[in-house]
Amino acid sequence: MGSFGHYLATHFDTLKAEFWFLFVGGVANGLLYAMVAVGYTLVYGVLRLINFAHSEIFMSGGFAGYFVLRAMVGATVPTGFTSVLIIVLGIAAAGTAGAAAATLVERVAYRPLRRRRAPQLAYLISAIGASYFLFNLAGKEFGHLSVSDPQPYVNHTVFTIFGAPVLMYDLIILVVSVIMFIALDWLVGRTRLGRGIRSVAQDAETASLMGVNIDRTIAITFIVGGALGGVAGFLYGLNIGVVYNMGFVPALKAFTAAVLGGIGNLRGAVVGGLLLGIVENLCVVFVQAAYIDVVAFGILVLVLLVRPTGILGERLGRTA
Amino acid sequence: MIRSFLERAPIRRLLVIVGVVAVIELITGPPGSNQYPTSGFTGSYAEAASFFGLFRTQRWVVFLALALVAWGIVELWTRYGATIRSRSSSALAGPRQVSEKRPVRVGFALALLVLGILLPHIVNNAFWQSALVTYVAIYVLLAIGLNVVVGFAGLLDLGYVAFYAIGAYTTAWVTGALPTPPPFGHALDAFWAIPFAVVFVVIAGVLLGAPTLRLRGDYLAIVTLGFGEIITIFANNLYGITGGSTGTQQIPHPVFHVGPIKYSWGLAPVPYYYLALGSVVLFLVIFSLLQRSRVGRAWTAIREDEVAAESLGINPLKFKVMAFAVGAASAGFAGVITASADNFLFPSSFTLTFSINILVLVILGGMGSISGVVVGAIIIQVIQAYLNHTPPSGYQQPDLYIYVGALLITMMIFRPAGLIPSRQRRREISLYEESHEGHPDEVLLGDDV
Repeated sequence: MGSFGHYLATHFDTLKAEFWFLFVGGVANGLLYAMVAVGYTLVYGVLRLINFAHSEIFMSGGFAGYFVLRAMVGATVPTGFTSVLIIVLGIAAAGTAGAAAATLVERVAYRPLRRRRAPQLAYLISAIGASYFLFNLAGKEFGHLSVSDPQPYVNHTVFTIFGAPVLMYDLIILVVSVIMFIALDWLVGRTRLGRGIRSVAQDAETASLMGVNIDRTIAITFIVGGALGGVAGFLYGLNIGVVYNMGFVPALKAFTAAVLGGIGNLRGAVVGGLLLGIVENLCVVFVQAAYIDVVAFGILVLVLLVRPTGILGERLGRTA
Repeated sequence: MIRSFLERAPIRRLLVIVGVVAVIELITGPPGSNQYPTSGFTGSYAEAASFFGLFRTQRWVVFLALALVAWGIVELWTRYGATIRSRSSSALAGPRQVSEKRPVRVGFALALLVLGILLPHIVNNAFWQSALVTYVAIYVLLAIGLNVVVGFAGLLDLGYVAFYAIGAYTTAWVTGALPTPPPFGHALDAFWAIPFAVVFVVIAGVLLGAPTLRLRGDYLAIVTLGFGEIITIFANNLYGITGGSTGTQQIPHPVFHVGPIKYSWGLAPVPYYYLALGSVVLFLVIFSLLQRSRVGRAWTAIREDEVAAESLGINPLKFKVMAFAVGAASAGFAGVITASADNFLFPSSFTLTFSINILVLVILGGMGSISGVVVGAIIIQVIQAYLNHTPPSGYQQPDLYIYVGALLITMMIFRPAGLIPSRQRRREISLYEESHEGHPDEVLLGDDV
């Protein structure tokens, strides 16, 4: 017991010393998880299904961004306006690719089953099939080895919080994700389209009687979630690099985040993502890096068992 | 004008077929790389090919021709399919009735068993003899086990590989091949791993199942998936217990030694084939008896309607946990046989990919249909063995998973009950889909699996 006490004491000292450093990294990771988690939550809202192929939407965004960077970034690292331009182009390409992949998944793996009113197990299996198909096809076309993105900006320290450096990369994630979350909140909460999405989430049958085009609403939900997932894939690839199966672990964590915040609840997804990112990063002090994925996963099981509705609660249909 | 032309049914079908064929062209084409990311695409469409030796041309022409042929067949089928189908089913009604008689079924099963026993002597070829064990028999064993979980009880388990890994690691532990000391202080024979492995996987099944099986179907899928990943992470990193990422390479061949009878397995694959065949037959008998028992009926009831089953006094959690544990047992067996036949094990062979490959075997044949699952597993595994042994040009090993993914989607769209569906399951799915017919725009999904 004494040695365990000693273990905790030394590790808490490390935690105190490293807290803000780990916190900044955790927020950056958490925002990425949140962007993916929003995609799970949106689809869950309208279809009551977990989109198992969401990891491949993330991956397609990563690759689209990678190809843009390869075409645009020259021998020297760009600065200033060029940097901004390249990043914006990368985001646009990744968002488009993510939306396209999501549309494809919806048309091929979901819509035919919906026409037939298949049981839930069938959707899960066909979505797993779609995921498998897409990432292995990417492996065939783009190789099975990881490749790092050409850097479109100088990753210097922009400012510090309590002595912890905030890098350009962290700042980009913060700016992009906050803009996208605000836009999404406005889209779902204030527009006609968002009203359609919310009504389908609440009661699809009644919504269709009220003149909401359900097929179109579902397609648009996939597009919105896919665009966010694709952009997250691009931002993730900037730091980690891209590879055909890059989506698997981040998507599992984003799903955890969505459940943690309350699946079906958009703001919950953001809260869950941030919380998971920070907790996971702080755990680096206590467990070896190899077991970090186990921590995230343990959180998922715990939440599902103790409070399956998440922190903010399932707010199906009131995804505002 | 153009739009109304494109929306005519035959034209739509043509467009869909051309699209599907273009995808097939891509997945059968040469691979690309991240240095030349477009090379796979250009190669797939522009590479030289010949149309059954008739004329030499580029791939896209060949595939366009094939698409047109396929379109012709589809059009003929939509026109005459119904009559062909009704005629063939009336012609088959007689034989089908005969085939459903019990003595006929038993006789057929015995004939297959004899074929199974003679098979390694028929395929007198070193590769195929070992493929019968490593590609076919082991996977049949795994598939019929997963079928209990997915097919009988309707639970999507994506972490099935974990039970297989537990079986394999138990073998290594019992025989003293791991850094952990073996039980009772001295290494036992690999044969003794079987009872240990079965006990461990059943315990693992109960431990995993009891908390998670309360969850909805899709949550369960993700939790089991994560469980499989965690087992791999632990196996990879606990150097002192599992040997870490290098695994172990010192698992001895099993020896059966009871009283005066002693038999040692060696390097030759055929004796392992019989060991595996014996286990397959054992589990086939156990599982088909279970399916027809009270337990099997309870599983069916839960799968069809959990609430109704509960109101009839069936405890869903109890039976779900039982399905998990029973299904895990055959995976544990498969793990023991693989580990002792290979003499080595690496944590990298126990991945999510593996679980999904087993799922495909179950789905192709037909969830819940034991004979279907066996046939499906044999078909896919023989194809896989063939592709790995003599790969066609442009084929790499991971390409198989592209086909696997496409197969999963295709089966769910066109034949969700599988190639050889169990009659009950087929009825169930069609009843479910009919009962949910309502407003044409209705998209409500059943919240029960």
